[in-house]
Amino acid sequence: MLEIKNLHVKLEEEDKVILKGVNLTVETGKVHAIMGPNGSGKSTLSYVLSGRDGYEVTDGSALLEGEELLEMEPEERAAAGLFLAFQYPVEIPGVGNMTFLRTALNAQRKARGQDELSAGEFLKVVREKAKTLKIDADMLKRPVNVGFSGGEKKRNEILQMAMLEPKMCILDETDSGLDVDAMRLVADGVNALRDAGRSFLVITHYQRLLDHIKPDVVHIMADGRIIQTGGPELALEVEQNGYADILKAHGLTEAV
Amino acid sequence: MTSDLEIREGVDRETVETVQNMGSYKYGWETEIEMEFAPKGLSEEIVRLISAKNDEPEWMLEWRLAAFRRWQEMPEPDWAMLNIPAIDYQDIYYYARPKSMETKPKSLDEVDPKLLATYEKLGIPLKEQLILAGVEGAEDLVEGERQVAVDAVFDSVSVGTTFKDKLAEAGVIFCSISEAIKEHPELVKKYLGTVVPQSDNFFATLNCAVFSDGSFVYVPPGVKCPMELSTYFRINAENTGQFERTLIVADKGAYVSYLEGCTAPKRDTAQLHAAVVEIVIEEDAEVKYSTVQNWFPGDENGKGGIYNFVTKRADCRGDRAKVMWTQVETGSAITWKYPSCILRGADTQGEFYSIAITNNWQQADTGTKMIHLGKNSKSRIVSKGISAGHAQNTYRGLVSMHPKAKNSRNYTQCDSLLIGDKCGAHTVPYIEVKNNSSRVEHEATTSKVDDDQLFYCRARGVGEEEAVALVVNGFCREVLQALPMEFAMEAQSLVAISLEGSVG
Repeated sequence: MLEIKNLHVKLEEEDKVILKGVNLTVETGKVHAIMGPNGSGKSTLSYVLSGRDGYEVTDGSALLEGEELLEMEPEERAAAGLFLAFQYPVEIPGVGNMTFLRTALNAQRKARGQDELSAGEFLKVVREKAKTLKIDADMLKRPVNVGFSGGEKKRNEILQMAMLEPKMCILDETDSGLDVDAMRLVADGVNALRDAGRSFLVITHYQRLLDHIKPDVVHIMADGRIIQTGGPELALEVEQNGYADILKAHGLTEAV
Repeated sequence: MTSDLEIREGVDRETVETVQNMGSYKYGWETEIEMEFAPKGLSEEIVRLISAKNDEPEWMLEWRLAAFRRWQEMPEPDWAMLNIPAIDYQDIYYYARPKSMETKPKSLDEVDPKLLATYEKLGIPLKEQLILAGVEGAEDLVEGERQVAVDAVFDSVSVGTTFKDKLAEAGVIFCSISEAIKEHPELVKKYLGTVVPQSDNFFATLNCAVFSDGSFVYVPPGVKCPMELSTYFRINAENTGQFERTLIVADKGAYVSYLEGCTAPKRDTAQLHAAVVEIVIEEDAEVKYSTVQNWFPGDENGKGGIYNFVTKRADCRGDRAKVMWTQVETGSAITWKYPSCILRGADTQGEFYSIAITNNWQQADTGTKMIHLGKNSKSRIVSKGISAGHAQNTYRGLVSMHPKAKNSRNYTQCDSLLIGDKCGAHTVPYIEVKNNSSRVEHEATTSKVDDDQLFYCRARGVGEEEAVALVVNGFCREVLQALPMEFAMEAQSLVAISLEGSVG
């Protein structure tokens, strides 16, 4: 599904290298987790994959089902099936949540040569999906993320994911700022979307989200590289011992 | 009859072609129609000629001539934050009408294909097209419920007004102003020039002298106008000025909602448009006036376009009279326009909602005046200015609380949005308070289109231009909501069209 090879990225404005050769393959239908200390480059990886400005790819590639993501515009990546659940979902005053969702869904459908969804069809689907995420009608009408609580914002991200039905979902610290109940709701939403044709890349600092969203593979990222890969037990090890031992084994210190 | 049909077919064919070669300004096409012009330039003879063409009574001619004499003494205003190239008033046609209009046709056959085509080009949803289809079938093949009555003004003349009979049943008079001067002289005499006097300002005075047509509305006491009224202005002929004049009177307890739309063909040379709109609102009456102004804005290098110098004013004469101006200004190379409210009666209300979008080299200096004269009068101003390209966008507004306007209130909110780094936004509020029981609030913000918002939209699959349109539509939401349904959809697509090419 997603194949990242030797990805090197620096900041556009400063001479600061963030990713120093990331190699990562996420197979179709699998859930991969990336853990790592602050500043290891986890969020940068998610931004670079989704096409945010401000980063310069100096080497490497990132293929989504064999197609080079790095050459596409952000909207083309989305239409190709990539989805990023933002760590900090953005507020768009005056634009109704429903309008936003419908515009996005129809833009993607149009880009893929599919018919646009009519208002009636769309409403039916969105109401159904919102219900399972405990998103009420009021939240659908309010402007995108404006005045939403932390939990509401994250649920809204998952609603977008459920509506857009991407192939490759990246969750960037979706657990940050969530209490236990909100985290469970979000995790349930994500788990409901797991299927054989959809892959996930779950970026998180803590192991606790992975109690709810069980990964197939866990990667540890530090200093712009993936330094260790293992099964779910690797996440538990981090939970118990922190990152210090793993970092030390790779000649790194925690205070990056 | 046969000749009418031929014209109609010709227009249809042309419409199909123009739809195929649309540029970013989707009304830039020209209708090839045989025109009759008065000689270029402005003189007493031209004023007399316009009056004669309209078959006007003597008093009207005298009124025009008095205005013309006054205008010759007046200087052009230069206080606005606008860079206006010199206008040669002798190099303009002041009167142009389609030859076929020499004898006014009874039906609207010639108007509707253009109207419909324009709406089709905008790509507004079926609902609006149905309404217009209703208008098209107005006089003959009726299909569906009619909802909007239209007066269509093509260059210097009104080519037709729909639903006159149905309106007449309710006692509402809706016709071209030239017709009103002949048919309802007592009303015209009573109200014309009482809100915007002959001496008001350079462009208004010019309009008094040379206005050729426009719309007239009279809603009698206690009558709620049974449908929306609208005027659709089209400048077609080259080097022609359009000087329409609209007079709306809502008598005691009456209500009317009025819509105005404007377009013009793409041309290299600038064209002058100097209109006057006067609204008289008596006791307990209410008028809503909505404009979607989409005159040709000039090309991306600032060539051509309409100079839109308009004086619009409403006079809330009676107690509890209400007026609401809503404008979406996306067109014109230069806009100079301040729809104003005179809150003369006690407990009167004035509202002004405005979206002004300037792109490329467009300039807009627009806003409102709220003149509080009566006690307990209230006003509200919501202005959204959007500037892109090299455009300059100024909000200029006056809130004046006179000594007798006790316990009056104003709330003003001015928000400016900048797209790119070569454009400008300016806010020039004037506030005068001459009593100590009134309250005036003013809030202003200026912001740039947020990169995070755009990226968020794009990461969801929305293209860059559509993302800008979405964010800008959100920014304008309060004003868009104030528009009647018929215009709201059109205005939303216009926002998107006007900002084409503003990013990337």
